[in-house]
Amino acid sequence: MKNLIKILILLVSSQVLASGEGAHLEKAETNIRSKESLRNGAKNYMNYCSGCHSLQYQRYKRMAEDLGLSKEEVEQNLIFTGAKYTDHMTMNMSSEDSEVWFGKAPPDLSVIARARGNDWLFSYLKGFYKDPSRPSGWNNTVFKNASMPNVFWKQQGIQEAHFDEHKLDSGVVTHTFDKFSKLTDGTMSDEEFDHTVRDIVNFLDYTSEPAKLIRLAYAPWVLLFMVLLVLMTFLLKKEFFKDIH
Amino acid sequence: MANTREVKTTGFMGWIDKRLPVTQMWEDHLSKYYAPNNFNFWYFFGSLAMLVLVNQLLTGIWLTMHYKSDAAQAFGVVEYIMRDVPWGWLIRYLHTTGASAFFIVVYLHMYRGLMYGSYKKPRELIWVFGMLIYVALMAEAFMGYVLPWGNMSYWGAKVITQLFGVIPVIGDTLLEWIRGDYVVSDATLNRFFALHVVAVPLVLLVLVLMHIAALHQVGSNNPDGIEIKENKDENGIPKDGIPFHPYYSVKDIFGVAVFLLIFLGVVFLNPQFGGLFLEHDNYTIANPGVTPEHIKPVWYFTPFYAMLKAVPDPLGGMILMFGAIIMLFTLPWVDRSEVKSIRYRLLPFKLALAAFVISFLVLGWLGMQSGSTVQKYMAIVCTAVYFLYFPFLFFYTKNEKHKPIPKRLTH
Repeated sequence: MKNLIKILILLVSSQVLASGEGAHLEKAETNIRSKESLRNGAKNYMNYCSGCHSLQYQRYKRMAEDLGLSKEEVEQNLIFTGAKYTDHMTMNMSSEDSEVWFGKAPPDLSVIARARGNDWLFSYLKGFYKDPSRPSGWNNTVFKNASMPNVFWKQQGIQEAHFDEHKLDSGVVTHTFDKFSKLTDGTMSDEEFDHTVRDIVNFLDYTSEPAKLIRLAYAPWVLLFMVLLVLMTFLLKKEFFKDIH
Repeated sequence: MANTREVKTTGFMGWIDKRLPVTQMWEDHLSKYYAPNNFNFWYFFGSLAMLVLVNQLLTGIWLTMHYKSDAAQAFGVVEYIMRDVPWGWLIRYLHTTGASAFFIVVYLHMYRGLMYGSYKKPRELIWVFGMLIYVALMAEAFMGYVLPWGNMSYWGAKVITQLFGVIPVIGDTLLEWIRGDYVVSDATLNRFFALHVVAVPLVLLVLVLMHIAALHQVGSNNPDGIEIKENKDENGIPKDGIPFHPYYSVKDIFGVAVFLLIFLGVVFLNPQFGGLFLEHDNYTIANPGVTPEHIKPVWYFTPFYAMLKAVPDPLGGMILMFGAIIMLFTLPWVDRSEVKSIRYRLLPFKLALAAFVISFLVLGWLGMQSGSTVQKYMAIVCTAVYFLYFPFLFFYTKNEKHKPIPKRLTH
């Protein structure tokens, strides 16, 4: 019996530790209804991300329409590849090249927000720290040994990660993330940087489902109509069942 | 005119009725089909299942107009539907949410049957056809889930088809025959598409027709579980019956409105339903080289998936999983009680049914977890409870004591 309890305790505790190894995710708190945030996100995405990551299912034209940008604004400021206004947002780097440069082709980000979730993306983009043991010189608290380098090191400043060490009875040592400390200051304050990253995540949330804007706009009207229909059909049903009981 | 049946209608309908029994069918199945007058909340789900079936058929037809069952294109074409096809996003969400709604409605419909003994004599065939619908629905949902060709589509298809590979002797050949290839591939996607959009829907429609034909032959059960046909007035109409149309057609329209309010709420506000209806892992393209962190089916399969994982032996797991479904078919003969409804049965039955339902729900939750050792033990216990329900019912109902059964329906 004692052994059984011991085993149970061990199982439960290892379960807790195992779940603790996935880093704590910060709430992204994006607002897809904010056109300003989406436009800012699009601008920063094009400047910092689009060199390596495509959005192969997203069209420039659709983005312009949904974000309230003119054709000229998009063509002059946001298309870097010589693509047409109606084209998909692909890139010029070939996956063969990038596989050599990064070890792995940077993934397409069209639906990344749906695959990973906004909080994950937000925490990931903020989670880069200096790690000389990695080929790129960077590691990440959310996605361990990611091949991507920290593209925002100038803005964010270089940070170092500190880990807590746990030693289990079995002798296995595990690490959980504790906190970051800044090695150099960035060109942006922490608030400004959060803001920038939040807008990019918001933009990726939009590209993962452009229809979300229409969907949410229609939602109240659809539901209002349904509430009225429920009321009317209820009264109709009541009228018919008056003579039953 | 020896073969012409007497018809009461005249004029245009008379002309039609002499050639096709439209009026007679209308009367037999709607305006003079007498249903018990005490249907409650639990009796909405049959008509709702029909509604969802129609939704799936219609949205499915429109999706088929744009979808391409090609492993190289399928993932992208779904995104094309979501972005470039006018209202494509709505059609797809109605279909994906409809799939989950179908199972919610069907599970509640089945639970109604368990509570009120609707599977019992003389309704055994209604239950059997209903179970066949459930099995066909599971096949339909499984193959539909593969079509977007996301990574969970691929690995789900791989794991589930692999089950057939563990069958002794014929396993390997069978597996290859199902997949149409040595691995899950473009060939698998193509045949699943054909089965999903043509074969299984046809089977489903025929089964639904049989389910309803059998129901209308014997008449509906009700929350009291007594036969209204045993109390008829001088015209041969059940005293406790009311014509389905207009009473229940109108009542069901109210049910439809309430259902659609919730359903469209999900479609418009949260179609992913927190990753339960549309899973996160399916937003990465199918990749044989990258296994998802933990492979799990969509929520409506998870009780059976938990049973499969509860035992270490794959063949044993598979027998358990299919056994759990087969056992449900036997219910009309396992339950030997002379009462149908839970209203007139005593505590032991209520406790057993509660344990059965709770074990099924817990298994559903367990099937979504990564599976620690504690959870494995829980799955074994719940699987045992699930299966024990049947022998318990068989022996308990031999001489089951019960509350007095009323002669007429109560309200």
